[in-house]
Amino acid sequence: MSGTGLDAESIPERQPVLRLSGASKSFGSVAALTDARIELYAGETHALVGENGAGKSTLIKILAGVHRPDSGTITVDGEVVEFSGTAEAKEAGIAVIYQEPTLFPDLTVAENIFMGRQPRGRFGMIDRDRMNRAAAALFEQLGVPMDPERQALGMSIADQQVVEIAKAISLDARVLIMDEPTAALSGAEVERLFTVTRALRDDGAAVLFISHRFDEVEALCERVTVMRDGAHVSTDLMSEVSIDQIVRRMVGRELGALFPKQEVQPRDVVLEVDGLTREGVYRDVSFSVRAGEIVALAGLVGAGRSEVVQGVFGVDPRDAGTVRVGGRALPPGNPRAAMRAGVALVPEDRRHQGLLLDLSIMRNATLTRRSRLARFGFLVGGAERREAEQWTARLQTRYGRLTDPAGTLSGGNQQKIVLAKWLATGPKVLIVDEPTRGIDIGTKAEVHRLMSSLAAEGVAVVMVSSELPEVLAMADRVLVMREGRLAGELSRAEATEESVMFLATGQEAA
Amino acid sequence: MSADTLTGRGAGRFRLQRFATWDVAIILATLAVIVIAAATVEHFGTSRNAGFLVLDLAPILLLALPMTLIIATGEIDLSVASIVGLTSSAMGVMWNNGVPLETIMPLCVLIGAILGAVNGLFVTALGLPSLAVTIGTLALYRGLAYVLLGDTAVADFPRQFTGWAIGNIGATSIPNVLIPMIVIAGLFAAVLHAMPVGRAIFATGSNPVAAAFAGIAVGPLKFWLFVVSGAVAGLVGVFWTLRYSSARADNATGLELTVVAAVLLGGVSIFGGTGTLPGVLAGVVLLTSLQNALRLASVSSEALTVVTGSLLIVSVLAPNVLVGVRTSMQRRRRRTRSPSPT
Amino acid sequence: MSLLTKAHESGSDAQARTGSTVLDMVLRFRALGLLLTLAAIVAVTAAVNPRFVNEQSIRDLLLAAAITLLLATGMTVVVLTRGIDLSVGSVLGLSAFCTASLLSENPGIPVPVAMLIGLGIGAVCGLFNGMIVHLGKVPPLVATLGTLYVFRGVVYFIAGGGRINASDMPGGFLDFGTARILGIPYLIVIAGVVLAVVAVFLSRYRAGRDMYALGSSPEAARLAGIPAGKRILTAYILCGALAGLGGVLYAARYGTVDASAGYGMELDVVAAVVVGGVAIFGGSGTVVGAALGAVLLTVISNALPVLSIDQFWQRAIVGALILGAIALDRLVGLRVKASLRKKDAHVG
Repeated sequence: MSGTGLDAESIPERQPVLRLSGASKSFGSVAALTDARIELYAGETHALVGENGAGKSTLIKILAGVHRPDSGTITVDGEVVEFSGTAEAKEAGIAVIYQEPTLFPDLTVAENIFMGRQPRGRFGMIDRDRMNRAAAALFEQLGVPMDPERQALGMSIADQQVVEIAKAISLDARVLIMDEPTAALSGAEVERLFTVTRALRDDGAAVLFISHRFDEVEALCERVTVMRDGAHVSTDLMSEVSIDQIVRRMVGRELGALFPKQEVQPRDVVLEVDGLTREGVYRDVSFSVRAGEIVALAGLVGAGRSEVVQGVFGVDPRDAGTVRVGGRALPPGNPRAAMRAGVALVPEDRRHQGLLLDLSIMRNATLTRRSRLARFGFLVGGAERREAEQWTARLQTRYGRLTDPAGTLSGGNQQKIVLAKWLATGPKVLIVDEPTRGIDIGTKAEVHRLMSSLAAEGVAVVMVSSELPEVLAMADRVLVMREGRLAGELSRAEATEESVMFLATGQEAA
Repeated sequence: MSADTLTGRGAGRFRLQRFATWDVAIILATLAVIVIAAATVEHFGTSRNAGFLVLDLAPILLLALPMTLIIATGEIDLSVASIVGLTSSAMGVMWNNGVPLETIMPLCVLIGAILGAVNGLFVTALGLPSLAVTIGTLALYRGLAYVLLGDTAVADFPRQFTGWAIGNIGATSIPNVLIPMIVIAGLFAAVLHAMPVGRAIFATGSNPVAAAFAGIAVGPLKFWLFVVSGAVAGLVGVFWTLRYSSARADNATGLELTVVAAVLLGGVSIFGGTGTLPGVLAGVVLLTSLQNALRLASVSSEALTVVTGSLLIVSVLAPNVLVGVRTSMQRRRRRTRSPSPT
Repeated sequence: MSLLTKAHESGSDAQARTGSTVLDMVLRFRALGLLLTLAAIVAVTAAVNPRFVNEQSIRDLLLAAAITLLLATGMTVVVLTRGIDLSVGSVLGLSAFCTASLLSENPGIPVPVAMLIGLGIGAVCGLFNGMIVHLGKVPPLVATLGTLYVFRGVVYFIAGGGRINASDMPGGFLDFGTARILGIPYLIVIAGVVLAVVAVFLSRYRAGRDMYALGSSPEAARLAGIPAGKRILTAYILCGALAGLGGVLYAARYGTVDASAGYGMELDVVAAVVVGGVAIFGGSGTVVGAALGAVLLTVISNALPVLSIDQFWQRAIVGALILGAIALDRLVGLRVKASLRKKDAHVG
């Protein structure tokens, strides 16, 4: 692989509107960016692609002034700038459109565009007519019919994004960053967004387009930058590189210090999911898991994997489908019944879903066992303490005192507390959602070893993971989800980074 | 998140560090108030006054018990005093219609439970903020109390009952109500601190999402707490009526403030998740003895509301201010300290 | 995109349309619904007793509504920013008693100066509330529940058990309470002017729109660079000041003022605001709606004796209206949300 073709990283005679170089950024002990760079030129649409966790969002947030880089420089029109907040980035002409737009639902479209900058007339009063006309003019420029006097509440995501774009234009943004803007759009809506984006580009704006969908990247962008593990991999003209090459660059990674799963002869089917559907989130998902098996649920962020496992566990209601554990159906929307049947879910978002950050480590570790530990209804005699000590020791958790708030622990040790909470229930089905996200390498290996030994003991493990190396090393089978559906199933032998990625993105293998 | 923004959740997340110190501080403050009052206020230290103090304390403490549980889950019940008023009115009406007191009393507790269930339904089934709901029922229940009794009073309750409410055990100067009060307080303390449901209550207040992920039925839990709160308020309605031998629609008006103030003063976070019943007990004693002492020092009871109102604000404000000070200090310290490897 | 999803999309579009229609209906017709309710109550009451709609009783009714309306106007601004001010009744009492006692001692003070004094007392109380809420980060409801009692206690401290009677106050001030301009009592004119000014401020000035923005989405307001602290303080000061002005009008109208003036009034005001369509979660509603709510409440309480319904029902009705209004808003919100989820059901 030639990698960075200098010829392609071109248009050198012009000065980039925006350039980020040598950027690094760490959150605690986790390095999100190591050596990121990107150059945007006026009048181009530039794609930024990479796996989940490659550092794209961090890069965007640095450009938007949300984060400050640990090292590296940002230049605008050749001049070095430092953003201490979003306002300054905005001032420099950088507008960001996030996947979830932030509008004022109660206000009109025109007001959303001009909030705080409303045109004023007599007595300093807001001139609504002028404001509405200005908004209408923006929509005309964008070629989108939209009523400026309409309330933002109830607008589709697509329309909200158009409003955000109109806002960006009204601010004379020269750089427009769009973070997976199409993730929630339908085909027609995507087309309209593209028309608008092309119009902007033709007017001389630089557009940075982040997407997982290669057909869109191909259709819209002139250049493409690939990121991997927080670093820049390559920048090429779209015409000079194939999708196949891009995917390979995205995933080309060392397996490193992973602990592969030990071979276990799968036994009886424990978990059966049939036709699971939740309107607007996922549809018709069916799979089964045997005791001793680790089944990975792979796919892109937003494909509906976490939602499916939450539906299985019952934290979220489901609209259709059945979940059976050991042949017995679970009632929908009832996590307690799921727990009684032996299902455990280690959720994706440790801080919001997994832990009570301000309660003690002991309370967190024993929360699921509170009724079991009680004697004649009372939790006395240090039963919780003994249980917590036993599990934290077994998982080699490092902490000060058991009474310290869980929020004081490091990410890896927090994850161990969540695991302890669920392993203590003695699950037959263990669902782990991003079990190693944001934790250090050493703990990662420990978690992998643990999952492997649990499977060996006959637990059926479902693992949602965005890290392909982890999926490939740990899973007996890989189920790939795309856009709320199961896109396919791969056996351990079939599963490669490419095959999973192609299923996840909907590209036919080249 | 709308309910959360109403309560300003997240503003004062500040927990276990405070926990120990606040409890100790409030107990010390309570002792100080009692000692100073006994030394400076005439009649405060007498056993007669101690008996009155217990009678004054009883309704506040009883209402504070379920209130502690509700606030620990991150909700609030402002309608408790109105439930006291409504059950008191109901008691008067039933008595006027010849229902025996033995039947009336359990019925009042039941009525309280039903009123609490209405609160609970609005909060859990509709997902409305409990603040807004219980402001509505505060007006509604008090209004219904007036509808039942108007501005009349029913005062001809049998002496054996009213006498018991204010009487002492045998020849001692220990009020009759003290023993049941201690039993009920002990029960709530056990539920909150030594039973699985107590763990669920704190978990819900600390992080309702994580609580739901741990299999806690957050909605039903809150609903039943409102029912319990209503039932206890019904019981207090009975006690209040008998104690003053008068069923009136305006009984216990404004008492919700004292109850909430006592609970917050006792170290329960208004954002849920932390608090202890011993702390709340201290808060109740502090507030009641302060009011009692000031009243003995002939400060008008209306003017006393300044004290209660200020304590309510300070008990929420103080931890927030402390957090602010602490974080700014930490920031300063971090700035001076060289970065160390994690 | 498969056929199935396509089909689903078109179906859900229809549902989404219904969702926004329901919403539009409630928003647009909230005022209409209030007017219809008003008309119905007036019609029924007038049928029972035709004197309910003669000039004098309409004037009395508006007079009675004027003070609630004034307070509801201020409360609307606070509620729009996702706050609440329960202390308005106590602020009214404090201002009424202070201005009345000041006037009884200095009969020479002209009426406009008395109004400014009341306004000032209220503004100071409002500033106090605003600082506890914004700087102290105390939830508005807890903060103003506390100041409700603090301010009331202060009135009792000042008043003791005393009251100020009409005979103690200068005649010019009391005349102002009953005097009319073009047949309309001054009190109503003042309430009307305040209402109009605040209405214009909220709808036509950037600072006013910021109030909506803050309540509608604090996060988006932050991104848009709206000065939250300044606006929240403004809202509480405005609300307090109007309650203070209300106190002066109260003293002028009733002549006698004791420490309990305006007791429990916060419930009427909150009820007027939420019944008038101001969302308890902030971000939407108008002062005109709140004014209609205030008039509706007054009409109900004036109609009760005519319809020979026990006057004691009034408070219960206030409570029921609060509950009904927030529940209605919530149900509409849930429907819109559900239809939005269906609308996004195409999943890519």
